[in-house]
Amino acid sequence: MTVMVVRKLAGLPLLWRVLAVVGGLLVALALPWYIYPPVAMDIVAWALFAVALDLLLGFTGLLSFGHAAFWGSAAYTAGTIAIETGLPFPVAVLGGSVVAMVLAVPIALLAVRRTGIYFAMVTLAFAQMVYFVANQWSGVTGGENGLQGIPKELFGLDLSDPFYFYYAGLPIALVGLLIAWRVVHSPFGRVLVAIRENPARSRSLGFPVDRYKVMIFVISAGLSGLAGGLYAISHGFASLQEVYWTTSGKVVIMTVLGGIGTLWGSVIGAAVIVQVEDYVATSGINIGPLEITGPGLITGLIFVGVVLLFRRGVWGTVAHLLRRRRSVPDAEPHLSGTTAPAVEQEPAVAPKS
Amino acid sequence: MVIETSGLSKSFRGFTAVDRVDLAVEEGHVHALVGPNGAGKTTLFNLLTGFLKPTAGRVSMAGHDITGSPPERIARLGVARSFQITNLFEHLTLQQHVELALLGTTKLGHRFWVSDRVLTKFHDRAGELLDEVGLAKLRDVPAGTLAYGQKRALELALALALDPKVLLLDEPTAGMGLEDVERTVELVKRVRTGRTVVLVEHNMSVVAGLADRVTVLQFGRILVEGTYDEVRNDSRVIEAYLGGESAA
Ligand SMILES: Nc1ncnc2c1ncn2[C@@H]1O[C@H](COP(=O)(O)OP(=O)(O)OP(=O)(O)O)[C@@H](O)[C@H]1O
Ligand SMILES: [Mg+2]
Repeated sequence: MTVMVVRKLAGLPLLWRVLAVVGGLLVALALPWYIYPPVAMDIVAWALFAVALDLLLGFTGLLSFGHAAFWGSAAYTAGTIAIETGLPFPVAVLGGSVVAMVLAVPIALLAVRRTGIYFAMVTLAFAQMVYFVANQWSGVTGGENGLQGIPKELFGLDLSDPFYFYYAGLPIALVGLLIAWRVVHSPFGRVLVAIRENPARSRSLGFPVDRYKVMIFVISAGLSGLAGGLYAISHGFASLQEVYWTTSGKVVIMTVLGGIGTLWGSVIGAAVIVQVEDYVATSGINIGPLEITGPGLITGLIFVGVVLLFRRGVWGTVAHLLRRRRSVPDAEPHLSGTTAPAVEQEPAVAPKS
Repeated sequence: MVIETSGLSKSFRGFTAVDRVDLAVEEGHVHALVGPNGAGKTTLFNLLTGFLKPTAGRVSMAGHDITGSPPERIARLGVARSFQITNLFEHLTLQQHVELALLGTTKLGHRFWVSDRVLTKFHDRAGELLDEVGLAKLRDVPAGTLAYGQKRALELALALALDPKVLLLDEPTAGMGLEDVERTVELVKRVRTGRTVVLVEHNMSVVAGLADRVTVLQFGRILVEGTYDEVRNDSRVIEAYLGGESAA
């Protein structure tokens, strides 16, 4: 009984979590009142994209440098469906997500055989192939011109005003975020963290590590696809920029900036980067030719600054400080009777074939 | 025979760490593997559990040919191991460790659509296992903060959580104080019923107290096999150990 009470009290972070979710929802609902609505929609779409990447980077320990392939292929697919069929836009977005997941399967099967920087390189190589195909296949993608005039159809409602479209698109992103949250807080999510911490040990406990990695890769691609499709519909066009490698880089920057492995961090990272880029692009700050400097340079500088100052990213640092204040008393008493931990070597485990 | 190897060999870039080993472990036995440092005991374990692929030879385990199978499949056949170099999830608590191991015996791990609250059903069993290895008080501590001997005990709890048919223990008592060594010996005696245990151990009194059979390895080869008493008095074994010590 007392154990239960202690557990309840220790579960107080639940209160914080509920407050954070309610607060986050309120901010999301209020956003287009304070921010230019198309930019608000961009923030939401990029936030979902960054959260999707965090499932891999933060929760599984895999750095994908090719997620533009999923965002971009979904953007083209959603655009094409919307233009060609005139179906309601959520259907088009869902179609984009499905295509991204299908595309992710072969990429994942090949990429999960590698780890670390090699994993990043394999994903980048595939994304470059997708870029190449998008560039060549101009009959479908519009090539350099992109896919233009994507309609925002929803049962005949007039969504041409970005303010209203925001409220039509927001639920899609929220569903995506909810899926990410569910995955992280599931038995599957527990295994992912174990794989991140020690893949060899996870295998000896009977978890087929590669299969788990493929599954989370495909889930991540699906959510990236939701985000990319939503983005394309919101802008009314899809361009080569969507499959370009800088898009992969930008989402990595957002996730790392906010703090990997936290979900909330990715949302904050996305909000910061989208707003900064919008500010730089519209304020006319000009340091040399825009393609070279422009928003990208500023983003890069902020990124370097944050990484140097807070190793865990913005949200990661805040969460760490809060946790440290709370958990010092309940973790410490158990430590009596233990000596300093022995210095461990890497487990002597052969590379899997 | 629960474990049978034939001509099992492993070379690392020309250096043969395990050399044509024919090992047979009888069901229900505690079988000790001993030998000087570098004899190839851990490498043999890695071959038995799929962490290394043999250069030559075959391995069968509980009637299945598992040569070249990945570790997760061998684990699911009921083969659990503990690692010599402690191999844990430093940031997870002890409770989470054992829950994870228990999860590994089910199909729940793939369910990304249900709440992780289903893991509470492992809560009590995890507590029992931690209690069995003497770590019940430390259940909410991250494994990274444990002392070396306690990590060995946690390794044991993880292996037992899989409820294995075959238990492979690589130096389970290394770094433990006398009292913990005794508790571990008692524990192995208790959990061996219905199981087969293969034990790598340098502590000869532990071997004497537990082992039905002893295999002595040297330079990757089987030097002698027999009961503890047979092996102890074998002149080749005495020489191997003396030779090993003077070289060290
Ligand atoms: N991955 C590897 N690459 C190269 N050489 C290795 C590798 N693993 C083991 N060896 C070598 O194989 C030999 C046997 O090593 P192993 O760890 O199996 O010995 P051991 O009998 O377990 O010794 P100890 O009692 O010290 O644990 C050693 O000479 C070791 O250096
Ligand atoms: Mg060894």
